[in-house]
Amino acid sequence: MAAISALLILAVLIVVSMVGTGMADLDFLFGVVFPYAAILIFLVGFIYRIIRWAQSPVPFKITTTCGQQKSLDWIKDSPFEAPHSKLAVIGRMLMEILFFRSLFRNTKVDLKKDGPRVVYGGSKWLWLAGLAFHWSFLIILLRHYRFFADPVPFFVSGIESLDSFFQIGLPLFYITDAIILIALTYLFLRRVADPKMRFISLGSDYFALFLLLAIGVTGVLMRYTPMRVDIISIKELAMGLVSLKPVVPADIGSIFYIHLFLVSVLFAYFPFSKLMHMGGVFMSPTRNMANDNRVKRHVNPWDYPVKTHTYEEWEDEFRELMRAAGMPLEKEK
Amino acid sequence: MAEKLVKPEELAGGIDYKPKQKDWFDPRVEFRRGTWNYAAPPDNLKYLDLPNPRKWSPTDEDWKLPDNWKEIILEGLRDRIKRFRSLQVFMDICVRCGACADKCHFFIGSGDPKNMPVLRAELLRSVYRKDYTLAGKLMGKMVGARELTVDVLKEWFYYFYQCTECRRCSVFCPYGIDTAEITMIARELLNLVGVSIEWICTPAANCFRTGNHLGIQPHGFADSIEFAVDELEELTGIKVDAPINKKGAEILFVAPSADYFASPHYYTLLGYLALFHEIGLDYTWSAYASEGGNFGLFHSHEMMKRLNAKIYAEAKRLGVKWILGGECGHMWRVIHQYMDTLNGPADFLEEPVSPITGTRFENARSTKMVHITEFTSDLIRHGKIKLDKSRNDHWHATFHDSCNPSRAMGLLEEPRYVIKNCMNKFTEMPENTIREQTFCCGSGSGLGTDENLEMRLRGGFPRANACKYVHDTKDVNILLCICAIDKATLPPLLEYWVPGVEVGGIHELIGNALIMKGEKRETDLRGTPLPNLAPAEENTEDKAETGEEGEGDV
Ligand code: SF4
Ligand code: SF4
Repeated sequence: MAAISALLILAVLIVVSMVGTGMADLDFLFGVVFPYAAILIFLVGFIYRIIRWAQSPVPFKITTTCGQQKSLDWIKDSPFEAPHSKLAVIGRMLMEILFFRSLFRNTKVDLKKDGPRVVYGGSKWLWLAGLAFHWSFLIILLRHYRFFADPVPFFVSGIESLDSFFQIGLPLFYITDAIILIALTYLFLRRVADPKMRFISLGSDYFALFLLLAIGVTGVLMRYTPMRVDIISIKELAMGLVSLKPVVPADIGSIFYIHLFLVSVLFAYFPFSKLMHMGGVFMSPTRNMANDNRVKRHVNPWDYPVKTHTYEEWEDEFRELMRAAGMPLEKEK
Repeated sequence: MAEKLVKPEELAGGIDYKPKQKDWFDPRVEFRRGTWNYAAPPDNLKYLDLPNPRKWSPTDEDWKLPDNWKEIILEGLRDRIKRFRSLQVFMDICVRCGACADKCHFFIGSGDPKNMPVLRAELLRSVYRKDYTLAGKLMGKMVGARELTVDVLKEWFYYFYQCTECRRCSVFCPYGIDTAEITMIARELLNLVGVSIEWICTPAANCFRTGNHLGIQPHGFADSIEFAVDELEELTGIKVDAPINKKGAEILFVAPSADYFASPHYYTLLGYLALFHEIGLDYTWSAYASEGGNFGLFHSHEMMKRLNAKIYAEAKRLGVKWILGGECGHMWRVIHQYMDTLNGPADFLEEPVSPITGTRFENARSTKMVHITEFTSDLIRHGKIKLDKSRNDHWHATFHDSCNPSRAMGLLEEPRYVIKNCMNKFTEMPENTIREQTFCCGSGSGLGTDENLEMRLRGGFPRANACKYVHDTKDVNILLCICAIDKATLPPLLEYWVPGVEVGGIHELIGNALIMKGEKRETDLRGTPLPNLAPAEENTEDKAETGEEGEGDV
């Protein structure tokens, strides 16, 4: 149900862009206004969200330790699992952000009815698909930079030639194009096939996947099929956008506008959605703090005095009993 | 065991990881006996100045909430979003990847989909979205937003008291989302309208008043310690000194109160006493700070601070140099991650140095409190105590990492080092069930009550099952742990799932193995005859082995 409503929303978006640019001739709206608006919403929204998060202080140091602490000097500690210094925290965060360390731990639980026994199998597919998707997405994003720069910077050409390493087809086939679609498809199938996943998935989870898939598919269609579009015009549009002198070249083809519109939607939707995990992962207190709690005092900025039961009050209450038991007293009465 | 229980095979046989309901939006829960805890009694709430004290029960239709309960909760939530970045971020960034879904022992043991950590968090998140986010206001169910209703409140009570704040989920989450943190804050919110449980508020009130959860008054505490001293004399022939409230002692020793009251904790207490005597430690117990455990942790950050304050205050009053802490799990969460922030700085104390070995505990430089297994492993490493491993030959042990020392401290090797040096037979449970991936006893965070027994047995199932594996394959007959709640709740758990496995503390085994000057021993600390009564020659061999392991194993 959640998946179907998400699909419907996506269908509406596609139709809107088709009608808008095909029949109503709103190329300027879709080619210039929406992209600008989307970027603006993205930037303002993203920054706003980060600032909002940053405004909430971190009252306690609640590192989750996933390995041996640093204690006695003859015990080997695990700096990336229980980091004790800033540098080690950076290492831990890099492992997390670049390689999805925590997801790599994933296991799958199974209940065998003999016994009964619970067993834990390895389960690396989620890690692999997640990693494949995110890295492909990043590479594809960087590849797109070629449209926005003239001359094309060397690192973009470098990425491109690596990505088309197999030198198949004309235009050259990008490996990441295939990987991203496969990974997204897997992530979607996983949500519907596993009853637990289906149960926890919201419409917005499916929507994000569908949106990304649709962007990928339209991109691929433009590049590898007869629906191909005029790259020169696209570059003209893109250069116009970055130089703030927007132009709308005639007849780019509506498949391009669908692609561009969906990308605009993605950007505009980003700050309001779970996609903000991109920023949030850096701010998670269980991961980005050192396990040096007993070494350095952490200060809680909103700390306030509380009512305690002081020693004096306590002794007053129990003095006679303590005296009878021969226990030391502060005051005789 | 208060309730009549079905057979283990039946209980486990009914578990199904496939959710039966269509979706999770319906908040209504059935308060079935055995799956929830009694409500906090009004007297204790009053004693602690907590809101809305009244008599009620979770099975009542009317929970007697204040009229403006909804505003109180929503306002409380807004306030905590502003005060805790953890909450703010955790509310926003979960992608529902499901990596945490099957990591929670309550889900594994019950199959209830709302016990998947991600959904437990969604219970709060859905209300946050509705009240707080634009998307939630506009799109409702599509983005998982729900209105806060009385049924939602009841659902929170049910599921946030089916989380032991063990943090296993947080190990697997790609963003480190810690459902324990969410549970802690959800419980704070429930407390604002007087919805809390007896087994948290009563120990908290006791601790506030007398200094320990059990409500033992100072003279009773002194009696217990004295009794233990006599008992140790009977067992070893040695009369040890166990000072209480002694000013000017070098070290203040703080243990969980169960150690001097409950069994098998008690044997660990005997172990501490024997050890401290043998090394000639200049230390003192305190009757005022006679509790290391802190049920405030399970109640609210404020209550945690109120109860914890006694430890530093007492250390200051007695003029000790530093503090040593006994075997307890959640006590160490509070001491390691919270105490210095809550009640520090402890600038009246000195950086801890072992008076026996001269080792400087640099990892406790600021908080000035050292874990007993850090202390003892340092003694062993320096050869300061003589241990006869063969005295523990009647035991084949495995080690249960308690949630908090493993996932909030990273205390993994110290206890293992101590164990391997005081006994011969030790086998680890399967690797996905130990160290940072350890499974909770199922009864932590105030849930260890009789009325909640079915849920405890379910939650403890993964732990017990791993233990059963080493029991069946290697004849393991004792599960060692360094946590007072474990020692209280694992025995009934194992009796149900793995009969034939006992529970013990590490310092109990140290107490057994410790060769004391002038001792006369025929039994171990439990009064069981020692497996080897003529250890003279074997001793030398054992010592050699001890040395070897000391070098190699860590
Ligand atoms: S692992 Fe983390 S991100 Fe994934 S569902 Fe659980 S809490 Fe959410
Ligand atoms: S903290 Fe532990 S009990 Fe709570 S949801 Fe996570 S795994 Fe389950």
